[in-house]
Amino acid sequence: MSDVFNDVPAGTHPAYDSPEYKSTGLRSPRRPLVRLPQTLTELTGPRPGADKLGPTLADFTKCHGGEAVGERIIVTGRVLDEDGRPVPQAVLEIWQANAAGRYAHPVDQHDAPLDPHFVGNGRVTTGDDGSYRFMSIKPGAYPWGNHHNAWRPNHIHFSLFGPGVATRLVTQMYFPGDPLLALDPIYNAVPDADARARLISQFDIEVTEPNYALGYRFDIVVRGRHATPMEN
Amino acid sequence: MPGLTSSQTVGPYFHLGLIQEGQSTLVESGTKGERIALLGQVSDGNGTPITDAMIEIWQANAAGRYDHPTDAQDKPLDPAFHGFGRAAVDGTGHYRFETIRPGAVPGRGNAMQAPHIAVTVFARGLLLHLNTRLYFAGEALNDADPVLALVPDDRRQTLIATPVAGEPIPTYRFDIRIQGERETVFFEI
Repeated sequence: MSDVFNDVPAGTHPAYDSPEYKSTGLRSPRRPLVRLPQTLTELTGPRPGADKLGPTLADFTKCHGGEAVGERIIVTGRVLDEDGRPVPQAVLEIWQANAAGRYAHPVDQHDAPLDPHFVGNGRVTTGDDGSYRFMSIKPGAYPWGNHHNAWRPNHIHFSLFGPGVATRLVTQMYFPGDPLLALDPIYNAVPDADARARLISQFDIEVTEPNYALGYRFDIVVRGRHATPMEN
Repeated sequence: MPGLTSSQTVGPYFHLGLIQEGQSTLVESGTKGERIALLGQVSDGNGTPITDAMIEIWQANAAGRYDHPTDAQDKPLDPAFHGFGRAAVDGTGHYRFETIRPGAVPGRGNAMQAPHIAVTVFARGLLLHLNTRLYFAGEALNDADPVLALVPDDRRQTLIATPVAGEPIPTYRFDIRIQGERETVFFEI
């Protein structure tokens, strides 16, 4: 049997019960989790090509015959394992709000315009060096009902499997310098400040394409000491 | 959005981009093994159905082998079965999968595990997904399963799926209670 996946240091992931994020109140277990030494079940997991995640879509900026409104961005980075080695062939599922801060979903009733040329989701697969890249529009902030005058910072959702069930990761990428970060109960649910900072992408002029789009870099680490925190 | 209904996403629009048609059916015509259905309801600490949950499952094929390079057992792969499923719950908090009953897979050391399915739960308000396992009622290997043995006696039943009568194919019910009375056992892995 393969070696097991390493633990993640305390404080990297949010607590299930995070009182500032009110929806966790009735949706967090009260009984302690049972520690399960990893078996073949947890060391294996769904793989791209053997699943049903949908087609690759790496450019969110053009849709339904037109160009999305907003500030074009390029997001790139590497998916790394706990030892800093690239995770090749990992499928990233990505979704986000449009530039006005609205999701292309019927339940989102935020009074901000929909963009007929922006759906805001896609899938990319990492290369042999663990790298991924996609084009999008910088998502807008939007209000939510958690508390008075609550706004989510600009963010992009990521979901990936990695090598096994034990490396399943869902998280959110933020943007540098966003004043809403300090006020956001979801971002601040990650207890450790260094771990929290790993959720913020870095502006990168080398990734930026002249006369076209700003570039951001966001690496994702599955498990281990430098793990990217979960933010489902 | 293709494959989405309004009941599936509330608040942070968790499922936008994740749910695709057909993900809850793991079998195809050539899949080997006993076809079964799994269903259940997801509920919160008040017993209220959670209507924005997403469930993922991962399991071995009928021979007890995972479709994954880490599984080096000398058992056949099934080209018509890959072991991954994903389902959104409906407006009443129910999910449903069509799959096959998995074979037994080894545990740590020389232990054999009872047939089981890894179940992962996602929902608004769950900052980290929850990991649990589904076992089958009446399975003789349950009594010797090394993971079930880690669970306190009075909570073990929360991991056992029970037969549902009157269904067209053998069907098992596995409710997921995130908090409170008969709270499902969740694992730290």
